Formats: sequence, C-alpha cells, structure tokens
Amino acid sequence: MLEVTGLDAGYGDGRVLFGVDLAVGAGEVVTLLGRNGMGKTTTLSSVMGIVRAQAGTIRLDGAPIQHLPPYRIARLGLGLVPEGRQIFPNLSVHENLVATASGAGRWTIDSVLGLFPALRERLASLGGLLSGGEQQMLAIGRALMTNPRLLLLDEATEGLAPRIRAEIWRVLASLKESGQAILVVDKNIAPLLRLADRHYILERGRTVWSGSSAELAAAPDLQQRYLGV
Amino acid sequence: MDPGLRRDDNGVAAGRAIAMIYVIEQVLNGAQFGVMLFLMAAGLTLIFGIMNVINLAHGSLYMVGAYVAAAVFGATGSFLIGLAAALAAAIVVGIALEVTLFRTLYARDHLDQVLATFGLILFFNEIVRILFGATALYMRVPDFLNGRVEILPGAPYPTYRLAIIAVGLAVALLLYLLIARTRIGMLIRAGASNRVMLGALGVNVTLLYTAVFALGAALAALAGVMAGPIFTVESGMGESVLISAFVVIVIGGIGSIRGAFVAALLVGIVDATGRAYLRPLLALFTSRAAADSAGPALASMLIYILMAAVLFVRPQGLFPPRGR
Repeated sequence: MLEVTGLDAGYGDGRVLFGVDLAVGAGEVVTLLGRNGMGKTTTLSSVMGIVRAQAGTIRLDGAPIQHLPPYRIARLGLGLVPEGRQIFPNLSVHENLVATASGAGRWTIDSVLGLFPALRERLASLGGLLSGGEQQMLAIGRALMTNPRLLLLDEATEGLAPRIRAEIWRVLASLKESGQAILVVDKNIAPLLRLADRHYILERGRTVWSGSSAELAAAPDLQQRYLGV
Repeated sequence: MDPGLRRDDNGVAAGRAIAMIYVIEQVLNGAQFGVMLFLMAAGLTLIFGIMNVINLAHGSLYMVGAYVAAAVFGATGSFLIGLAAALAAAIVVGIALEVTLFRTLYARDHLDQVLATFGLILFFNEIVRILFGATALYMRVPDFLNGRVEILPGAPYPTYRLAIIAVGLAVALLLYLLIARTRIGMLIRAGASNRVMLGALGVNVTLLYTAVFALGAALAALAGVMAGPIFTVESGMGESVLISAFVVIVIGGIGSIRGAFVAALLVGIVDATGRAYLRPLLALFTSRAAADSAGPALASMLIYILMAAVLFVRPQGLFPPRGR
C-alpha cells in the first residue's frame, strides 16, 4: 500500500533523512523505531506531505504522492495521529471528531465512542481541557473519523500513564484485528513486538535494519545498539 | 391649586421626557455606528485571528462597497441591485487580493504585512479617484427606507438608521451561527489553532483561507454600502473606520467574533454618547469656553481611553478566543 524508497528530506537547508526505505502492506502493522532525533517524525511528516521530500519516492498503491499537498494525501486515505496529539484545543471533543470527518466508511461518531467510551462523557468539553490520555484517544478517534486506509501514529503512548498506555495498545490491537493498516512510532519495544508484523530501525536518517517481530526479539544486541534498550 | 406650579411641573416632566428621548436617540446612534463597526471588525478579527495577517486594506474593501453601491444605485435606481453589485465586487476584489498578494504575506512578519497593505490603501484610494473622480459621490437613502419611525410617542427616528441596526444584528446572529454551529465554522476555528494539522486531516486550508477572506470582504462592503447614505462616499473613507475597527477587535479580543460584537456596540455607544454629553458635562465643572474646546477633543479620544482601560484590566481583551 505505502512504499517509501530512498527518501531524503529536511527543514530548510538542513537534511534529516538520507535515503529512508520502508513499506506497509494492506492490513499490516509496521513500526518505525530509533532513538530521539533519528528522523522518525520527519519520515511521517514527509509521508503526509507536511515536510517536502527532497529526493526519493513515496508511493501509495503504486502512485507517487510526494508532490501532493497534505490535504490531498490525507484524502487518499492516510490518517495522522501526530506527536504531541495536536488536537484542536478550542474545539469541543465532539467538534474535534466531526470537523474533519469523512462521510464514507465504517468509522462514525458512535463507533469511535464505542472504541473510547471515556470520550463519551467529555463530548462537550473543550479539547484543551482533556487529560493527556484523553487527548491521545481523541487524536486517534479524530484520525479514524477520516476513515483512513493507513493510520500513522507518532509517539503513540509517549508521556501517558501506564493504565492509559495499556488502553491505547488494546485499541491498536483491536484495530489490527479489524484489518486496519498502521504505521506506528513508539519507544516501548515490548508491546510493539506483540502488536506489529514488521519493524524498521532508523539511525541518523537512514533505514539500518528491517525485519519481523521474531527477528527483532531474537536480537538483543540490535535493540541495545540502535534503540538503547 | 396654584396654576403656576402645575405649569412648572408639566414643564419639568416635558423636559425630562425630551432628555430621555435624546438619550435614547444617542444610544441608537451609537448602536447604529456600533453594528457598522462590527461588520468591519468581524472580517478583520477573522482574518487577523485565523491567518495572522494584519490587513490595513480592509478599509479599502469598505470603500469599494460604498463606491460600487453608489454608482450602481445611481445608474439603476435600485438600492438592492447596488447592494448586490457591491457585495459581488468586494468578494471578487477580496479573492483576487488573497490569491495574488496575501498568500505570499502569510509567512512574512507583521511589518511586511503592514507595509504591503498600506501600499494597497494608497493604490485603492488612487484607483477610485481615477475611476470615479476626485469629488465625493452622493448616495441617497433608498425610498423604501426613507422616513421616520416613532420609537416613542413624539420621538421619531430615521427608518434607515434603524434598518442598519436590524441588518447588523441579523448579520451578527448569522455569523455567530456560522462560526459556532456549522462545520465550516468548526474548520475556521480549528484553522485558527493549528492549520498544519487541519491540512493533514484532509482540509484544503488554502481554499478555506480564501473563503474567509471573501467573507470578510463582503462584510466590509456591506458596512460600506450602509454607510454610503450617512457618510460621504469619497476616496480614503475607509481609513477612519478601519482605525475604529482595530480598536474594536483589540477591546473584544483578537479572533473573537463575540468579542467584536460586544466591543463594537460598546465603542459605538461610548463614542456617540461621549460626543453628545461630554461638552455639557464638562461645562458643569469648568467655564463654558473651556468645555467648548476640551469637550469635542476629549470625545474623539474617548474610544482610545476605553481601549486603554480595558487593556489595563484585561490585556487579552474582553473575550479572548478560548483554548488557543
């Protein structure tokens, strides 16, 4: 579905990515791993068109998308849950969910609230007044309301309490079960090994390793070298 | 009973009634000026609050509205055709400005925006002189609004001015419903807080900005059309109202439509009552000559004093947008 080849990208004159390769197939859960500052967020931003690709190709279903503006890429079926949630603080929870919703698909306000019952009681609250965990649920719900074919999550559980993290992992597992393709960035290796099919490790803007969960679990030296685990 | 006393009582009562009618008239004059300021300020606060652009040329769109309405009304004899033409012209000019100039200004700093839009003021003032001549255009009150309505027994008030208040209040209500209750309103508010994220969720923010700019242009033109029969339709007419509109959005809280509405009425009424009552009020404490010279000067400063007082108590304005 998504295929990134030889991606170079950066900010202004500074380059952050130097030939990133990765692919996500339909219904697959894939992770992007690496220490801070290795280019994970820039990779997701480039895929979404927020950061312009300087070289390489980003293809969705075989068609190049790296020249498209972010809104066109989103409409092709990519749903972003960004680092730091970035929910709209001046909109209510309900408004956050419906403002950018796409009409066609299985995700509706009811199905999203079924996935995150905690949001049901906060529907009228302003997004900015929610706790970090509720904001992350809202950010995931907001992305699902666009009915994406591929969900991109940047730092899926960063800064969240253990109970909320468990909730997010439960939701992602149920999404996977329903056939949702997911590209996820996070630093918690253990739940990612259980959840994901395949992994990519980024080091200084390059893809230095890729493989299955079984291969990553069997390579503690790899985890120590690139992920500091 | 002493008939003289009764006459005096009647005289006092009549005097009180006249004073009361005068107060009501001044408040209505203030409300009429206030709703016109609101129409200007609403567009200005949306454009500044959402796109972070200072548009000094907003007054030029007000002027475009007044000129086109005066010219078309004069040529066709129909005020409503003049109004429609003015709104259409302002929307076209607004979209053209947004696409050709403002899109390059969004990422620039405020000083660049001020310089560029100040240049637009000069351009528009000159172009209306070339197209319509240096003398002011005359725009009469439309026949169907030409008259007086008795707001209280013995207190007639111009129908046209009442119509301005009614139109302003109706537009304020529609604007509130648009921003608070519709999906496009949600997108406008979302764009004010995080436009990159809005784009990443599938919204064409460029188009949204153009639409908001066109809406602001139409509101400014509507204010210009309504001002036509009251003020002079002349080159540079937008500047004084622009400054007052900036005072309104600062008092109301930048980016807040509700704030703009409350502040516009406040500024309008303070200005009108100040002009009416400050001079006689000063005359109670000072000599008449001093009151005559200081009163009008102080009255024209009153809205700025009001702004300073509001900012002293609430530096973000009366209704700063929530959660930004």
